[in-house]
Amino acid sequence: MEYDALLLSRLQFAFTVAFHILFPAFTIGLAAYLAVLEGLWLRTKREAYKTLYMFWVKVFAISFGMGVVSGIVLSYQFGTNWAEFIRLSGGVLGPLLAYEVLTAFFLEASFLGVMLFGWKKVGPKLHFLATCLVAIGTSVSAFWILSANSWMQTPAGYEILADGRIVATNFYEAIFNPSFPSRMSHMLIAAFLTTALVVGGASAWQLLRRPGQEESRLALKMAVGLIAILAPVQLFVGHWSGEVARDHQPQKLAAIEAYWETRANHPLIVFAIPDRAAQANHLEVAIPGAGVIVAPPDEVVQGLDTWPREDQPPVFLVFWSFRIMVGLGLLMIALGLWGVWLVWRRRVDGNRLFLGFAALMGPSGFVAVIAGWIVTEVGRQPWVIQGVLLTRDALSPVTPGSVATSLLIYLVIYSIVFVAGAIYILRLLREGPVPGGAEPKPEGQRAPGWALAAAPEDAPGDPK
Amino acid sequence: MSLDLPLIWAGLIATGVLLYVLLDGFDLGVGILFPFSRNKEDRDVMMNTVAPVWDGNETWLVLGGGGLLAAFPLAYSIVMPAFYLPVILMLAGLILRGVAFEFRFRGQRRGRPFWTAMFAGGSILAAFSQGLILGGFIQGVRVIDDRFAGGTFDWFTPYTLLVAAGLVCGYALLGAAWLMWKTADELHGDARRWAVISGGLTALFLVAVSIATLVVHPVVAERWGWTGAGLDVGRFLPLAWIPLLGLAGLALVGWGVRRASHGWPFIGAVLVFLSGYAGLAAGFFPYVVPYAVDFRNAAAPANALGLMLVGTVVILPLILAYTSWVYWVFRGKVTPETGYH
Repeated sequence: MEYDALLLSRLQFAFTVAFHILFPAFTIGLAAYLAVLEGLWLRTKREAYKTLYMFWVKVFAISFGMGVVSGIVLSYQFGTNWAEFIRLSGGVLGPLLAYEVLTAFFLEASFLGVMLFGWKKVGPKLHFLATCLVAIGTSVSAFWILSANSWMQTPAGYEILADGRIVATNFYEAIFNPSFPSRMSHMLIAAFLTTALVVGGASAWQLLRRPGQEESRLALKMAVGLIAILAPVQLFVGHWSGEVARDHQPQKLAAIEAYWETRANHPLIVFAIPDRAAQANHLEVAIPGAGVIVAPPDEVVQGLDTWPREDQPPVFLVFWSFRIMVGLGLLMIALGLWGVWLVWRRRVDGNRLFLGFAALMGPSGFVAVIAGWIVTEVGRQPWVIQGVLLTRDALSPVTPGSVATSLLIYLVIYSIVFVAGAIYILRLLREGPVPGGAEPKPEGQRAPGWALAAAPEDAPGDPK
Repeated sequence: MSLDLPLIWAGLIATGVLLYVLLDGFDLGVGILFPFSRNKEDRDVMMNTVAPVWDGNETWLVLGGGGLLAAFPLAYSIVMPAFYLPVILMLAGLILRGVAFEFRFRGQRRGRPFWTAMFAGGSILAAFSQGLILGGFIQGVRVIDDRFAGGTFDWFTPYTLLVAAGLVCGYALLGAAWLMWKTADELHGDARRWAVISGGLTALFLVAVSIATLVVHPVVAERWGWTGAGLDVGRFLPLAWIPLLGLAGLALVGWGVRRASHGWPFIGAVLVFLSGYAGLAAGFFPYVVPYAVDFRNAAAPANALGLMLVGTVVILPLILAYTSWVYWVFRGKVTPETGYH
C-alpha cells in the first residue's frame, strides 16, 4: 500500500521535473542570448541582430510560458507528495526556495511583460534593461534551486533536532555546500550549451533550406563560437562535479562506473550491462589503467558491495545515463571544433555535411541535461537528502488512488501541452528569421509579442 | 531585538495570498467570462488586457505556496496532502490557461478554438479548485501527531461546493470590473452587464456562505458572537466593520455600474474581497491549519525566519515598486486598434 504511493509519487516527480527542466535549460541561455542580441543591435544598429531578436523572442515566449506553469507544479508537489520531506527539512530548504521566488521569479515574470509587449511603451534602452533583468532572473533562479538541490546531495551547516526536524546551524555553509559550486557551474554551462545547440541547429536547418540566409549564418557563427568554447570547458567542469561526488557520494560514483567491488586500480568500464540481481556486469568492455581518470592509482574506490542490495542506487540507469551524457558532450566538442575550423576557412554555411550534423545536434543539449539529472538524482538513491533522510521516509500521507489520479492528469495535460508547444516552436523554427517583417510598425504589422496580442485569422504558416 | 518573527511572517504570507487573490482574481475572472464574449476580436482584447501582467500575478501564488513552505513548513506539510486532489486540479487549470496565452495566438484552424476553450475552462477549473480548498480550510483539517489524518475526499462537501461556486462568481466580478476599467465601447458595455450579474451572484453567495459558515462551524460562529440562540452584540460589534465594508464595496460596484463608470466598480470589487478576506482572518486567527495548528507551532526555526525577513524587507518593496511600474507602463484602454500593446 505505502510502497505503491511511494513508487507512484516518485514516478510523478520524475516525470514532472524532467518535463520542467527542459524549459529552464533552454530559457536561461536564450534569455542571455536575447540580451546579447539586443545589446549588439543597440550598439551597432545592424538590422540582422534585431531580426534575430524578434525571431528568437517568439520562441522564448512559448518556452518561458511552459517553464512557468510546469514550475508551479513542482513548488506544490513538495507538499502534496513529499510532505514529510518538507516537515523535516523545511527549516533549511524553505529560505532557499523563498529567496528564489523573491529574487528571481518576480523579476522574470514582471519584466517579461515589458520584454514581450513593451516595444512601443518604453524606450529602447529601458526595453534592453527589461531583457537583461529577465536574463539575470533566470540565472538567479538557477542559483537558488541548484543550491537547494546540492544541499540535498551534500548537506552541510545543519543539525538534526530530537524530534527529527532538521535546522540550519550555518546558512552560509548550507547555501554554499560542498557540491554547489561545481554543480551550479555544470548546470549553467549546460544551459548555455543547450541554447547554443538549438540556435545553431535551427540556423543550420534554415541554411540547408535557404542557402546564404544572412541572419541564420550570423546566428550559426555565434552559436558555433560559444559551443567551441563551452563544450570543452564543460568536460572539465563535469569532471570536477564527478570528483565531488566521489568524495561525498561514493554510492553515486560506484553506480556511474558500475564498480561492484571495493578495491584500488579499477579499469575504466566503457560498456557493460550492470545487473543488480547478479551484483555484476555482463558483456563488460573495460580499459585497464584508464581508471586513473576516476581515481588516482592505488586509491581504494568504494564499490557497490559496500551497501546492502536494497540500499544501492539503480545501477543500470545511472551507468547508461552517464555514458549518454558524456557521449553527447564529446560530440558537442567535435561540433564546436569542426564549426570553428569552417568559420575560419569562411565555409561554414556551404558545408552541407556540417549543417546536417549541426541540425541533428540541435536537441542534443536537452538529452544530455535530462541524462545528467538522472545520474545525479537516481545516483543519490535511496536517499532524498544524502545520509540524512531516506526517500521512502519523505512521503506524504496520501493514498495510491490519489497519486495514480494525479499522475494520470499530469500525463494527459503535459502530453497535450508538450505536443502543442513542440508543434508551435518547430513551426516557428521552420519559418526562420524574416528580415524587416519583424520590425514593429505602428499598425497592422506584426511585431515582438504580436503573437500574444492578436490571433489573426491568417496566421503565418496557415495553409492558404 | 525581540521581533515576533512568526507573527510577522503570518502577516506577510496573508498579505501575499491577498495580493494573489486580487491580482490573479481579475485575470482568472477574464478567463471565466471568456465564454460570454461576442467574438474572437473581443476575446483578443480581453486577453490582451491581462497578457503583460498575468505571469507576475501568478507569481504571488508561488510566493504564497513557497512562503508557507518556508515560514510554516508544518502547515504546508499538512495542508497540501489534505487538499491533494483540489491542488492538482488547480494546477491543471493553471497550466492549461497559462500556456493558452501563447498557444491561442499560435494555433491555427483547430488549435485556436481549442486553446480558447482551454483558457476559459482552465480559468474556471483553477478558480473552482481554489474555492474547494478555501471551503475545506474553513471546515477544518483533521490532524493527528502533526500529520494530516483525514480522508481523501474530506474537502468535498455541499459547503465546499457552495464556497467554490461563490469564489468563481467573485473572480468573475473582479474580471468584469477589470474589463470595465481596461476596455471601451461595446466590450465595456458587455463588461458592465457581466459586472451586474456576477456582482449580484457574488452578493447572494456571500450571504449564503456566511450563514452556512455560522451554522456548520461553531468555532467560527462563536468568534462572531453567534451562540446558536442569539447574537452576542459585544462580540459582534468590533467585527461589524467587516460586513459593512463588504456592503460598501457592493454598493460601490452597483453605483459605478449604473454610471457606466470605468474605475469605481473595480475598487468596489476589491473592497468586497477585502471584506471577505478580513472575515476569514477574524474566523481563523491564530490558526494556520484551522482548528488544529496555530501559526506559532507551525513556524520554521527563528534563524530561517530571520534570514528570510532580512531579504524580504529589502526585496519586497522593490517587487511592489517594479510591479506597479509595469502596470503603469501598460496603463490605459486596450482596443482592437491598438494591435499589440
